[in-house]
Amino acid sequence: MAEKKAAANEKPRIGVFVCHCGSNIGGFVDVPSVAEYAKTLPDVVYSTDNLYTCAEDGLASIREGIRKHDLNRVIVASCTPRTHAPLFQATCESAGLNKYMFTFVNIREHCSWVHMKEKDKASKKAKDLIRMGVARARLLEPQEEAKVEVTPASVVVGGGVSGMTAALSMADMGFPVHLVERDGELGGFIRNLNNLYVTEKSASETIKPLIEKVKAHKNIHLHLNSQLKGVEGFIGNYEVVIGTKGAEDLKAKVGTIVIATGALEFVPEGLYGYNQYPNVVTLTEFEILCKKKTLPKLKNVAFIQCVGSRGQVKSYCSRICCNVAIKNAINIVDNYENMLGLMEKSGTVVEKIPVETKATDEIMERRRRRRGRERGEEGEAEEVKLGPSEKIEVTVFNRDVMAYGVEHELTYNKAREKRVKFVRYTTDHLPKVYMEGNQLMIAYFHETLKLERTMPVDMVVLSTPLVGQPDAGELSQMLKVPLGQEGFFLEAHVKLRPVDFATDGIYVCGTCRGPADITECATQASAAASRAAIPMAKGYVQAEALTSVVDETKCSGCGTCIQVCPYGALRKNEKGYAEVIVAACKGCGCCGATCPEGAITMTNYTDAQLLAESRAALEEV
Amino acid sequence: MAEAQHAISEAKHDEKAGSWEPKIVGFLCNWCSYAGADLCGVSRYQYPTNIRTVRVMCSTRISPHIVLDLFKAGADGILLGGCHIGDCHYISGNFYTEKRVRLMKKLLEDAGVDPSRLRLEWVSASEGEKFSKVVTEFTDHVRKLGPSAVKKQEAAKAKVMAADDASVTFRLRALVGKEYNLETKGNVYKNTLDKAELEKLIDVATMDEFERSLILVLAKGKSRSVKELGSIMEVPTDKVLRHIVVLRQKNLISMEHPEGFTPTYRTIEIGGEQ
Ligand SMILES: Cc1cc2nc3c(=O)[nH]c(=O)nc-3n(C[C@H](O)[C@H](O)[C@H](O)COP(=O)(O)OP(=O)(O)OC[C@H]3O[C@@H](n4cnc5c(N)ncnc54)[C@H](O)[C@@H]3O)c2cc1C
Ligand code: SF4
Ligand code: SF4
Ligand code: FES
Repeated sequence: MAEKKAAANEKPRIGVFVCHCGSNIGGFVDVPSVAEYAKTLPDVVYSTDNLYTCAEDGLASIREGIRKHDLNRVIVASCTPRTHAPLFQATCESAGLNKYMFTFVNIREHCSWVHMKEKDKASKKAKDLIRMGVARARLLEPQEEAKVEVTPASVVVGGGVSGMTAALSMADMGFPVHLVERDGELGGFIRNLNNLYVTEKSASETIKPLIEKVKAHKNIHLHLNSQLKGVEGFIGNYEVVIGTKGAEDLKAKVGTIVIATGALEFVPEGLYGYNQYPNVVTLTEFEILCKKKTLPKLKNVAFIQCVGSRGQVKSYCSRICCNVAIKNAINIVDNYENMLGLMEKSGTVVEKIPVETKATDEIMERRRRRRGRERGEEGEAEEVKLGPSEKIEVTVFNRDVMAYGVEHELTYNKAREKRVKFVRYTTDHLPKVYMEGNQLMIAYFHETLKLERTMPVDMVVLSTPLVGQPDAGELSQMLKVPLGQEGFFLEAHVKLRPVDFATDGIYVCGTCRGPADITECATQASAAASRAAIPMAKGYVQAEALTSVVDETKCSGCGTCIQVCPYGALRKNEKGYAEVIVAACKGCGCCGATCPEGAITMTNYTDAQLLAESRAALEEV
Repeated sequence: MAEAQHAISEAKHDEKAGSWEPKIVGFLCNWCSYAGADLCGVSRYQYPTNIRTVRVMCSTRISPHIVLDLFKAGADGILLGGCHIGDCHYISGNFYTEKRVRLMKKLLEDAGVDPSRLRLEWVSASEGEKFSKVVTEFTDHVRKLGPSAVKKQEAAKAKVMAADDASVTFRLRALVGKEYNLETKGNVYKNTLDKAELEKLIDVATMDEFERSLILVLAKGKSRSVKELGSIMEVPTDKVLRHIVVLRQKNLISMEHPEGFTPTYRTIEIGGEQ
């Protein structure tokens, strides 16, 4: 601290290093004259030009300049701070200069490269930009970066496959984990399901080992019938309140939070006779019937895909439903009697649901069929064995089938070979579900034949999208993490940070961030766990000294700043004044621009610095 | 030194020859528009040399005061660049930017400055070409508007000063700070307010605060009557009087009787220096 004050009180001694960047700048800006000009500016005691400032000899000249000329501020006029600031800052630090005493002036991307045919004007602009940089540099102050300790423990919200996987990963790494599940049981949505695609096991069998491991793990504190009731704090230092039905609230200190609250199925109220006619069910309801072996006797089943999704009610594609429908279509064809419970009654339970995935046979089969078609022999479907399928007709009405990846396409072909019919519809001609007397009917437009058709059905299964939890908004507000337009949690960056929230210390995985199948959920959950482990393993985080600062003598305690901060980085202290949680503040400056009393300023981006820099642009020289 | 002197004579020469060049400041957010400007350079899209850019972390950092102060200092145009709505690196920063820019433009309008001298543009990190188009177009636009009147006319400067003063009043800052949340999340009673109504309310408050600030600017060091103020400001005298009542309550202006029965008013300056 003492060192910082001393440096702040010193008279500025500024060194300016103007870069040629080979000919990238030097070819379009008169670099030597710009460096000469810099010498005329207030407090500039040294100025030079380098061929490549970022090369080793350029960096050496900065270090030497700092030593020789006792510089306490350094300006590099070269390329963009977005790529090169860390390098030059580190160079300053290596010569004993606080990295916050460094100023970057961009005369390449913002000058030489965009004014390639006006050397005089570009040179004048480069001088102006350096004058602006000098105006800013004079007002800089050294900063210290706050080191914040991280409690090596986590809370995971949601006990579905995602939450369990994330909890288990972190627990295995040795971190205590609180797993908070609203229901009385672990497992989440999978508990509704019959079997899972591309495995032969039932859903509950598949998930059982995971549940058992979670329950037995010494590092996992399981809270069933529980919810997160409150959260305070910031990365490394959250205090969460876990409320359990019929028990006292529990307070826990954690360093990180993982959100895995899953999704629900869209209820197609008012669509395709749902809730109007008997035997019109959703995919999930159908799976429940299958699982309980309470399907009615069926001859004719129709699936309708994309119900309420892709522009109907929700804009997105739910990603999983094509494959779920295909899975169920195959199940019905292959295993109908078992699903009715008939085989069970006669004591011949078929344990395995044969959804085959063997690629080689499959491919050979397809090739043979294609060759057959090429020879004009359409009818060789009899080569495929027909199981009990003759008893039942399955039609999948679809807009297009999204059977992506390696296995799904094969499963799709398998379904077709098992005589599951895939009939396309367009949004201009939606299929219609209606009753003719006692008979459930579907009317549809056959796109290939261009004909209106009708067909009697015994059951209609509607494939509806996964939708965000209705109460996700509460969690989003409590944690100050965003929900996207469609009600799913929004990650920090769709490509580069898919399981982080923009707020440090909070992570997201599973269907609460968008439709995903179990494989994808487990992948995301492992990723979220390892992201959360980074600060916990390190034990601390270092906050960039780019935060807001409240002047208590001006603050009136109105609380406006607390409302606008997207990160919950402000709170009231015991005196009723606003207080910045340095580790949580990201330095956006919103509170500073908002505070009605002008009580908030930003370190390293003060009003005075910004105004000095921008006003210098207006000076006549 | 020689260079600098050359520059000075060049500037003078320019003015004489009438070859005025607009002075434009651009504030660009680090994550989108600054990156977009970088890409513009990398792709070598050309644009006029007039703009001088300042990097800020987010467009939300720019308070009305910063913009109005620069207009006061003679800027001909100011460009604010941010991420597209929904893409702000700080989630909601640019929602507030939008609200503040609306206030800034209203204040400029009240102060008689063409509000199109201030432009807000969303430029993403991948929109290099867009950045060059925006800057070219804006520079041309400002060139057509001509030099800012602030540099030549005292009256124009007084108005921009008043607008700047108004922008830092508690009332306007609190209103515009809460505007977004009132519209989306509702007030303490969870009622969200109608956007149009809220804007009307803010516009009226803006005009009031501007006029009051202008009175304080005009009566600074110079005692003035209500009639005089009304005619300079082109505001009805009863309205001026109402403002003066409020300003007196706040102890910002004092009454004097230098000319018999007509009271005049003078701004109370804190810290002496009358
Ligand atoms: C009809 C259908 C069939 C499917 N078939 C397959 C398949 O064959 N193969 C496949 O891979 N995938 C399939 N899926 C997808 C699969 O179900 C999901 O990918 C998976 O269940 C998502 O797991 P999750 O842990 O992310 O969410 P969930 O399983 O939804 O778990 C979330 C958990 O969080 C809890 N929770 C929610 N909010 C809170 C809160 N505020 N506080 C505390 N706890 C909370 C919930 O109670 C729940 O237990 C199918 C989906 C559907 C709809
Ligand atoms: S907005 Fe300003 S005055 Fe209000 S609580 Fe925050 S710091 Fe204090
Ligand atoms: S600067 Fe941004 S992140 Fe920091 S306290 Fe202010 S509003 Fe919050
Ligand atoms: S970071 Fe670009 S507008 Fe907020």
